[in-house]
Amino acid sequence: MEKKMDYTNIPKEKFQFYQRTENIHDKKLDTKPVGYFRDAMRRFARNKSSVAAAVIICLLVAYAIFIPWIAGNNYTNSPTDTTYLRYTKLLPKSRLFAWAGWDGCTKETLSKNDYYARLAIAAETGMNPIVKVYREDYVAENSVSNTTYYDVKIDSYIKNGMIYLSLTPEEYQSIQDWQNETGIQVIYPAVDTSDFKVASLKTDANIWYQCNQKGAPKLDKEGNYVPLYRTTGNDGDYNSLRIEGDDGSYKYATMMGTSASPSYNVRVFTYTYFQYRYGFEPCFLFGTNAYGQDILTRLANGARFSMVFAICVSAVNLLIGAIYGAIEGYYGGKTDLIMERIVDILSGVPFVVVVTLFQLHLAKKVGPLPSLLFAFVLTGWIGMSSKTRMQFYRFKNQEYILAARTLGAGDFRLMFGHIFPNALGTLITSAVLYIPSVVYSESNLTYLGIVNLDSSTRTSIGSMLSSGQSIMANFPHVVLFPAIFIALLLISFNLFGNGLRDAFNPSLRGTED
Amino acid sequence: MFKYILKRIALMIFVLFSITTMSFVLIKLLPLPNIEAFGQDMELIRMRREALGYNKPILVQYGIFLKKSLLEGNWGISETLYRGQEVWKIFMSKMPATLLVNIYSLLFSVPVGILLGIYAALKKNKWQEYVISTLIMVFISVPSYVYGLLLQYLLAFKLKWFPFQMDSGTDYFSFSMFRSLVPAILALGFPTIAGLARNVRAELSEVLTSDFMLLARTKGLTRSQATVRHALRNSMVPIFPMILGEFIGILSGSLIIEKIFGIPGIGQLFLNSITALDYNLFMLLTVFYTFIGLAAGLVVDISYGLIDPRIRMGER
Repeated sequence: MEKKMDYTNIPKEKFQFYQRTENIHDKKLDTKPVGYFRDAMRRFARNKSSVAAAVIICLLVAYAIFIPWIAGNNYTNSPTDTTYLRYTKLLPKSRLFAWAGWDGCTKETLSKNDYYARLAIAAETGMNPIVKVYREDYVAENSVSNTTYYDVKIDSYIKNGMIYLSLTPEEYQSIQDWQNETGIQVIYPAVDTSDFKVASLKTDANIWYQCNQKGAPKLDKEGNYVPLYRTTGNDGDYNSLRIEGDDGSYKYATMMGTSASPSYNVRVFTYTYFQYRYGFEPCFLFGTNAYGQDILTRLANGARFSMVFAICVSAVNLLIGAIYGAIEGYYGGKTDLIMERIVDILSGVPFVVVVTLFQLHLAKKVGPLPSLLFAFVLTGWIGMSSKTRMQFYRFKNQEYILAARTLGAGDFRLMFGHIFPNALGTLITSAVLYIPSVVYSESNLTYLGIVNLDSSTRTSIGSMLSSGQSIMANFPHVVLFPAIFIALLLISFNLFGNGLRDAFNPSLRGTED
Repeated sequence: MFKYILKRIALMIFVLFSITTMSFVLIKLLPLPNIEAFGQDMELIRMRREALGYNKPILVQYGIFLKKSLLEGNWGISETLYRGQEVWKIFMSKMPATLLVNIYSLLFSVPVGILLGIYAALKKNKWQEYVISTLIMVFISVPSYVYGLLLQYLLAFKLKWFPFQMDSGTDYFSFSMFRSLVPAILALGFPTIAGLARNVRAELSEVLTSDFMLLARTKGLTRSQATVRHALRNSMVPIFPMILGEFIGILSGSLIIEKIFGIPGIGQLFLNSITALDYNLFMLLTVFYTFIGLAAGLVVDISYGLIDPRIRMGER
């Protein structure tokens, strides 16, 4: 053992080549190496439900992005026109799927008077709001009066019939021009209301026939309505389409206003007036809500907003959480202690209280949306920061950090150049998983009305649901479509997130099979 | 253990105190609601506010608030919502409705959730498990207002089995009251059932594959004996604190379910106090919500250690 060897001066001739004939490389691998990311993707693709969820998410995102472009038009962009058109609470209608009951019709029970009033629309315009009669002329059970009822299938797009509109001379002329061009009747003859004593009959644009004071029509011998069109007075030289049976004596408008600024009071058919104004026949795939807004585009707008908002919140939280957690974890000790207490306090504040206080304090100054964003950011980063902190505790005492420090790397470089990349995988996954929970809480808050983001152009799914709740009993479609959308979105996001988490978790490798 | 509990309680009090201070200051900085709208004499209101100390510095006001609320239980009076009534009394009068609904819903959902979880774990990789897992996924992901509205529409509007909203005003324990609460109880119960079932299934299926189960089978126990005596007990360790946490959490009520079904409880009170800008009520509810949240977390953490001697809390 005491053999003394001097290794410092080994003479050169004692060295010899071990092998110099052939290369001793390892055999080159036939397959490509599989990296962490590629492996995760492969395992993700094997999880069928997550892939399906990813596809559904893509479809929903595409819906939110493209629908406002495709389906957006003058009608969906104008919030004010809808109320006087009475195009509110229309049922979903699809030309393609009308055979499957998606036809904008609903089952209603009408009294006899209402039934004849609806039939009168058909007699005048040729468009019958009553699609089908299930049961006619029956006396309701337990009824004392002898009123009879009709069970009918009624088209919600036509049933409102006529309205009175006050037009300027230019508008009046432009409708006439449009009628001449397209051959579609919009303006119908004015009615001689002088015999009616009840105010509601005088203002009802749908009465154009002789009737008693209750509105029940007086039919002639063949069972037809007897028209009550006005043939006297000035209609401002109406020079356009005339209805069938008009010998040229019917007057189509009532002059109002002064001679300097005349206005014309006309009866227009809502369906064709809509065509005139917006250039297409009314047909709303998801129906309209209580204000006559198109649910299809509104839902897409709400979804767009929710998604963009969630992604923003998630990104900001990732940033703040990463920096905060990095400082906590890297410095440790007193810094860590104090910063952890701050986290304790912030995480103890109930979220609704934070949102409410932000709304009360900031909503007037910066608007409800930024204050909601602040509220989400205030406590949202805590999860991220604790994950980062954990990773820093795990890695900061490892040898390679010591080596980097010995080589003179500064704190910042150590934190973000050497330790942070280890935490990146988990953080990105949790940032993705955080998105549905933001959508969830945002829709909860807007549903509760704590945050009000509703306006004519912007909405959120929560406020769509809460405003639809009051008319849900008769018009379930107002609530149904937003509810289905958010349910699908959250379910598929959670499935997708779970798949992603499992795929990026190397410890689960090989356990799924 | 005892030291750990003391430490946790001290921390909790510290956090509660900080949050109370912050919210008190923030609420006091808000502009006072315009009481002129009530058609009262402004001079009188100004005098009353002066007497109540609204014009003193905020820190002095905070001192008075702490003294009154902690020592005398006097949280001030409601300014706008229930004019002139004591906030604490209003709060206590809203408590029974919330408690009633939530306790009913827990009584129904905890057993169902646990049983479903056990069933799913025992039927691992069979169609029963897939059905239950899918349902769990759906009910965890979908927001409660969606199925709240759905239940209301189906059960109350379409089938007309239950009234549309809660029968307020009748006796809390009458049958008609219970009947009117059923949709709310179901809507509240679903997320609890789903959450419990998911956790029970995960825990139990892990325990079922562990070595001591194999030992139990080897020494001659039947599968059901081994499951009930060994697996269930062990899998309940993380589940029980969760249930305990739920029991404390129910005090705060559910804002959404109470809004949908018109339950005059704490959640409704909170929403109303925001819209009416009733700051004293809002302050009390903020403190209450904070306290409930912290207490639930504390109880869950401590009960882990108490239930399972293998877990030593507070050790590094």
